[in-house]
Amino acid sequence: MPSPTIRDYGDRALLLECGSTDEVLTLCGSLRQADLPEIIDVVPGARTVLVTLADGGSQAAVRDRLATIPVLALKTPGLTQVEVVIDTVYDGVDLAEVAEQLRMAADEVVRAHTATPWRVAFGGFAPGFAYLVGGDPRLIVPRRIEPRTRVPAGSVALGGEFSGIYPRESPGGWHLIGRTAAVLWDIGRPQPALLSPGTVVRFRDEGLP
Amino acid sequence: MITLEVLRTGPQALIEDLGRPGLAAVGVCRSGAADRRSHGLANRLLANPDAAATIEITAGGFAARVHGGAVDVAVTGADADPAADGIPIGINSVRHLLAGQVIALGAPRSGLRSYLAVRGGIDVAPVLDSRSYDTMSGIGPLPLRPGDLLPVGSPAAAFSAVEQAPVAAFPAGTLHLTVTPGPRNDWFVDPDALVRTGWITSDRSDRVGVRLEGPALEWQWPDRQLPSEGTTRGAIQVPPSGRPVILGPDHPVTGGYPVIGVVTDTDTDRLAQVRPGQSVRLHWSRAGKGIRK
Repeated sequence: MPSPTIRDYGDRALLLECGSTDEVLTLCGSLRQADLPEIIDVVPGARTVLVTLADGGSQAAVRDRLATIPVLALKTPGLTQVEVVIDTVYDGVDLAEVAEQLRMAADEVVRAHTATPWRVAFGGFAPGFAYLVGGDPRLIVPRRIEPRTRVPAGSVALGGEFSGIYPRESPGGWHLIGRTAAVLWDIGRPQPALLSPGTVVRFRDEGLP
Repeated sequence: MITLEVLRTGPQALIEDLGRPGLAAVGVCRSGAADRRSHGLANRLLANPDAAATIEITAGGFAARVHGGAVDVAVTGADADPAADGIPIGINSVRHLLAGQVIALGAPRSGLRSYLAVRGGIDVAPVLDSRSYDTMSGIGPLPLRPGDLLPVGSPAAAFSAVEQAPVAAFPAGTLHLTVTPGPRNDWFVDPDALVRTGWITSDRSDRVGVRLEGPALEWQWPDRQLPSEGTTRGAIQVPPSGRPVILGPDHPVTGGYPVIGVVTDTDTDRLAQVRPGQSVRLHWSRAGKGIRK
């Protein structure tokens, strides 16, 4: 893996640019493993990793130190490769429209969504929301022009190159293809988020009720 | 047990501490006091740890009654003429309140946010190890409402060596802030327009972001989309409208708009005191270099 380009992000953070989501996840794993005391958070993005620092004086030192961190391979033992299965009822209000846009039958869309495992690339939008990548490359649909003001919790959706599950009722601009009873975010759990960067996600078709 | 009974909240009164760092990967931003400097000063005056929770009062108007015993308090940040039972107590100083006394704030003379600290800290239950309310995700103790009873924690054994701290008033005129260029300044036709423009802060500003009004900053490639990347407080995001937004403590953890520059960390505390309609000038931290070499 080539070393990432490092840019200053203000005076308390560094932005590391990677070539791919795989590189982002590998780098995040390596950074967590290295556990530098100056780093207070490691934030994966689609093609970048943002590293936030505890104080202003450490920016140059951490920049130098980052160049020497051993970069681990993605499947390195010790880096947890968690897999989560999401049982899904594919009766989303946008399923037919998505199928039409992709020139596929609705059940083909479902098969494509379930056949290839997805992976959590990064978070954002809401606590517990995960941007899923690496699914069937046919499933790329532009976001809705008019976002919905209310998307129900547990909605399984497609947006751009991503799939995702809405952790709670919220506004949303993605296409809703199904729903799950899985609880994506529960503040009462030791790990409130069901999905975190690197987690492998398999959707399983529960069939229609 | 000593408690504070909230009588009035003003436009917004929130419990804040230093936030919950380290959870951005699962979509939770740090949050915490908008003006950490004033929050920290209030705690130090009372010998509280920096992480003790205070009440962040936006645009004054807050009042509370002490119950169950006497307690030391300090108000810092925007000077909103704090008073105990109607008698002015001044800001940036320690005051001893007896059970039954009411502390009340008026409207700020300058600045926007005042911090009310009590010796021992506001001791509501933490959520994910923090007592901060995150207005973006709704995590943390809910915004205060009249009738809320806030428990006061047990104080440290030590007392502060000073009872008063000299602090300059916040500027009522133009606020000057220092900005580190990038990481995406190359996305703009003329990034230096950021530092040449006299910006006015919008009244649609809050803890998520301060919006700046002025001439639009033009994108170099209007059709390109930036893949989402992590953000911090102080990041100046420019959406396609060209009107910059300086992210605040409750910012989204990732964003897809290019960041033209990032306000230096200490200046984000001063930004937290800017009022809607106030003018802001931005200055590059590196002389004359908006464009990367």
